[in-house]
Amino acid sequence: MAKGVKPRVKVPKSAAAGDTITIKTLISHKMESGQRKDDDGNVIPRSIINRFTCEFNGQNVIDVALEPAISTNPYFEFEAIVPEAGEFKFTWYDDDGSVYETAKAIAVE
Amino acid sequence: MKKALAAAAIAAAGMAYAGEDAVLSVEGQDFVTKTAAPAHTENLSEIYSGWTFRSNETQALQLDDFDNPAFVFVDQAIDLWDAAEGSAGKACSSCHENVEDFAGLRTQLPRVDDGELVAMEDLINECRTERMGAEPWKWSGGQMTAMTALIGLQSRGMPMSVSIDGDAAPFWDKGKELYYTRVGQLDMACSNCHEDNYGVMIRADHLSQGQINGFPTYRLKNAKLNSIHGRFKGCMKNIRATPFKEGGEEFKALELYLASRAQGLSVETPSVRN
Amino acid sequence: MALTRRYFLVTGTGALAAAGLGLPALASATDDAIAAFTGGAPVADGGVTLTAPEIAENGNTVPIEVDAPGASEIIILADGNPLPGVATFMFGPMAAARSGSTRIRLAGTQNVIAVAKMEDGTFAKAQAAVKVTIGGCGG
Repeated sequence: MAKGVKPRVKVPKSAAAGDTITIKTLISHKMESGQRKDDDGNVIPRSIINRFTCEFNGQNVIDVALEPAISTNPYFEFEAIVPEAGEFKFTWYDDDGSVYETAKAIAVE
Repeated sequence: MKKALAAAAIAAAGMAYAGEDAVLSVEGQDFVTKTAAPAHTENLSEIYSGWTFRSNETQALQLDDFDNPAFVFVDQAIDLWDAAEGSAGKACSSCHENVEDFAGLRTQLPRVDDGELVAMEDLINECRTERMGAEPWKWSGGQMTAMTALIGLQSRGMPMSVSIDGDAAPFWDKGKELYYTRVGQLDMACSNCHEDNYGVMIRADHLSQGQINGFPTYRLKNAKLNSIHGRFKGCMKNIRATPFKEGGEEFKALELYLASRAQGLSVETPSVRN
Repeated sequence: MALTRRYFLVTGTGALAAAGLGLPALASATDDAIAAFTGGAPVADGGVTLTAPEIAENGNTVPIEVDAPGASEIIILADGNPLPGVATFMFGPMAAARSGSTRIRLAGTQNVIAVAKMEDGTFAKAQAAVKVTIGGCGG
């Protein structure tokens, strides 16, 4: 597991049924591109988060494939529908096999 | 006159430049990013936060605490705050109940304690070595900059108001002398860029006034928090000088002098710069 | 076959490009990536909005946004990076809009390209030129 990886997500606490909400996510990760060299001229191996997914009550909102051109501390912003109360689940997949997860509940007014 | 020149240089370069009229407001709180220069800053009439010199896109990153990537490190510091370390088995929170109690501290540092000029990093490391029995953190290391960001955040929006009289006077004099002393192969002083030429382009970049009210700052360049002394070191390398030591007397004196030049600007910690 | 200098250069660069070592993506690499995404189908202009700064203050963190109503997938490419791929957004049933924002790395001044696959199987494209500046003090 890469060191110091910490996910942050911003989801409204509640919404009206059928509303569209904006979700923002950020995870601390160095996103080593595999293009850089160390002081001895050796290529620093690629080590990135290669996939990010967001689900609501088990149904997919967005599924993103990331390449090394995504900046350090990957950030995503997107829109989701909230048909009912439930839980957003966020998952990041690391090149090293680690999986980082977090979830946020949303109430329906 | 100086600003007119700056505006012309900017227009010529066609750079997106929100300039001095842009308003920095975060979570409903307005910040002072431009104000009258303090009396002891005799060569400037107005002082500007480094935020005013950045492009629209970079400025926007500081308008929302979620968009601001520095908060990743603030979150890490919240965890560190409660983490017991060292022979005494204590965490920051063992003695300091709420980090909010440090509201105002950022505005007053560095300060003189028992005849010595101390920066926030000194205070943190004193706690670590004297009370926790833990190893001191590296001056510009990830844990230290995360913690100075968390503690500095408690003063966000408050005006910089460092003390420069009494015990602090000799340190302030020393810092001022350093600010105006040309050094390095390029034979430049801080003032040559940040006082004589702020607002104009240095290659494809806008020179700022070198204000320190937003530190530690998240730089897009290295995607991490950067300490005040780390930034001084970078500047000294750029003018081909041998940098002073981070945490050393010279940089602390310079930090005091620069903090005094920012008097009246809001603390922006943790800010975002390019 | 004699080992000519030209032969060496051609195979040499090919091998380096394949290893992805620091050479800019050739225009063809970007075209190849688009073809792989579309399966060679024609790509229309319009129907995709790509928002990117005209000038990026630092190539390390360039904010971009894509929006393509009716898209099921959007691929983002950068034609001047060592590798053209940036990201692919796939939208599920709970996506309220076929849009997304992220922050990307650009190795220099270049084009950012977004190609959307629409739900009806057609493709559309948008492109934005981004100038990447060099920091004042070599940084």
